[in-house]
Amino acid sequence: MRLAGSLERKKKFSFKNLLVFLILLVGSMVLLTPLCWMILTSLKSPQEIMQYPPPFLPQKFHFSNYLEAWKTGNFTRWSLNTLLIAVMNTIGNVLVNSFVAYGFAKIRFKGRNVLFILVLSTMLLPGFVTMIPQYILFSKLGWVNTYLPLIVPAFLGSAFNIFLLRQFMMTIPNEIAEAAIMDGANHFRIWWTITMPLIKPALITVAIFSFTGAWNDLLGPLLYLSDENLYTLQLGLQTFKGSVQTQWNYLMAMSVMVLIPTILIFFIFQRYFIKGANVSAGMKG
Amino acid sequence: MEKGTVSQVDTGLTQMALNRERTKVPVRFVSQLNWKQNVTGYVFVLPWIIGFLCLTAGPLLFSLYASFTDYNITSKMNFIGLENYKRMFTMDDMFWTSLWNTIYYVVFSVPLTTIGAIFVAVLLNQKVKGMRIFRTIFYLPAILSGVAVYFLWMQLLSPSTGLVNQFLHIFGIEGPSWLFDPNWTKPALILMKLWGVGGGMLLYLGRMQGIAPSLYEAADLDGANSLEKFFHITLPMITPIIFFDVVTSTIGSFQIFQEAYVMTQNGEGGPSNSLLFYNLHMWNNAFKSFDMGYASAMAWFLFGIIMVLTFINLKAGRKWVYYEGGDGK
Repeated sequence: MRLAGSLERKKKFSFKNLLVFLILLVGSMVLLTPLCWMILTSLKSPQEIMQYPPPFLPQKFHFSNYLEAWKTGNFTRWSLNTLLIAVMNTIGNVLVNSFVAYGFAKIRFKGRNVLFILVLSTMLLPGFVTMIPQYILFSKLGWVNTYLPLIVPAFLGSAFNIFLLRQFMMTIPNEIAEAAIMDGANHFRIWWTITMPLIKPALITVAIFSFTGAWNDLLGPLLYLSDENLYTLQLGLQTFKGSVQTQWNYLMAMSVMVLIPTILIFFIFQRYFIKGANVSAGMKG
Repeated sequence: MEKGTVSQVDTGLTQMALNRERTKVPVRFVSQLNWKQNVTGYVFVLPWIIGFLCLTAGPLLFSLYASFTDYNITSKMNFIGLENYKRMFTMDDMFWTSLWNTIYYVVFSVPLTTIGAIFVAVLLNQKVKGMRIFRTIFYLPAILSGVAVYFLWMQLLSPSTGLVNQFLHIFGIEGPSWLFDPNWTKPALILMKLWGVGGGMLLYLGRMQGIAPSLYEAADLDGANSLEKFFHITLPMITPIIFFDVVTSTIGSFQIFQEAYVMTQNGEGGPSNSLLFYNLHMWNNAFKSFDMGYASAMAWFLFGIIMVLTFINLKAGRKWVYYEGGDGK
């Protein structure tokens, strides 16, 4: 009787697995179809776009759509602009947030805990509340139509990244720093030569999120850039729509190109995305 | 209890005194060391302090004051008392429209994405073939964002040629006009949001993998089925994540802007203003008509709503969030 019971359970178990597998398979197809559709649409001829019902596959792959679309706007310039902003954001976030995080993780100073609670509470602050006064501040400084409003804030710390890097630094035993101090090193050297190499995975996580965040940001460029030569890809793409109207093959071709860097980064650094998520999962525990 | 506290403080002091006695460090040296350490500490956190003062605290106070003025960037700031708030509540119909649109979006998108993320995380936490690939596929849409994704969904949801309605057509369902029908614009955005449900999923999955297998083994011995195990073990263990997810995604959803801006032709609000979200209305006031005073009042009102909701969330969270190893606080 006991044996029968366990056999039954085993059978049920594999049926459940099959069900899970099928749901995941269907779900994956549903999630991937939009991306496939995007790529297929980008390769269609203008006639096929207008056709009803639209064919799923184009008769011929019109790779020339990509070149045509690229030439419609100043996309080369816009890509370089975006790259510059994204790289500067990455550098700022990695350097400054690790520096600040070191202060919170490894140095005891008066008011540290109060300040750190302040850091955490700014994570709950809705960004839109400070958007208008920040715009006024930057416009009074004459920074409108420059990249400064999109770059300088990255050098002034971000609460989430400070928190994430501090969590990692807390796992480094204090003895290492203490020994270094005995040897005459100061905190700046310990931060740069000991701590930074030890938290490399976390720094990569921060770098990835900063880069893709800046790459995909529309709000900042929309607010501060009106000179077309200064446009980023997101802003260029947004205005590009007006110039090609319903030429979805061109729109999708450009969209695919704008998404490619993010997708590449995702596949190269996949495990670091997951690491970042796990740290934030841990903090809520 | 009081006695306990007193004696704790007492032993603490005694301990300190003993330490000082033992190491025989002169008092002056200790304070000098502290002074140096304090300075070093502040040098390290200085960038954040500057950022906090210039980009957060200062702007917050400035916009609070601006909300009581008729400021429009070029004008002087004339104090007009509560006029902006009065106008908001009594004269601006679009304010109420935008508030209603935003609340509609929050009320549906937050629970749907939370439940969706948990459901997907449970599926992805099973031992099935090809799990690594499944996890990658489910997470991929979450990292894609920006204008390209909005364009993609405008294409997918296009009434006659879009893939979604083509799909519904197979089953003989006449799909709605989505972004062209005021009743369907917001569900369209929620649908798009659900595509990226893998972002939240990753948090839940991370937590689920940290649950001790012994808990499930014990439940197995008691003959619990999968559903019982989910509701009595998994769900309580992931409540801290649910709590965090609900708090942050409520704040985030209240600030919906980019999607609506791109999908409604430069922020015009869509059909019958059905996509005129709160921040879109605020944006139009601030950066199209440069009515900064009024827009600041709108910003502070939203800030107030979000603070109250966050406070309620934090209070209520104490009742249902389970912290492992904690004292239930």
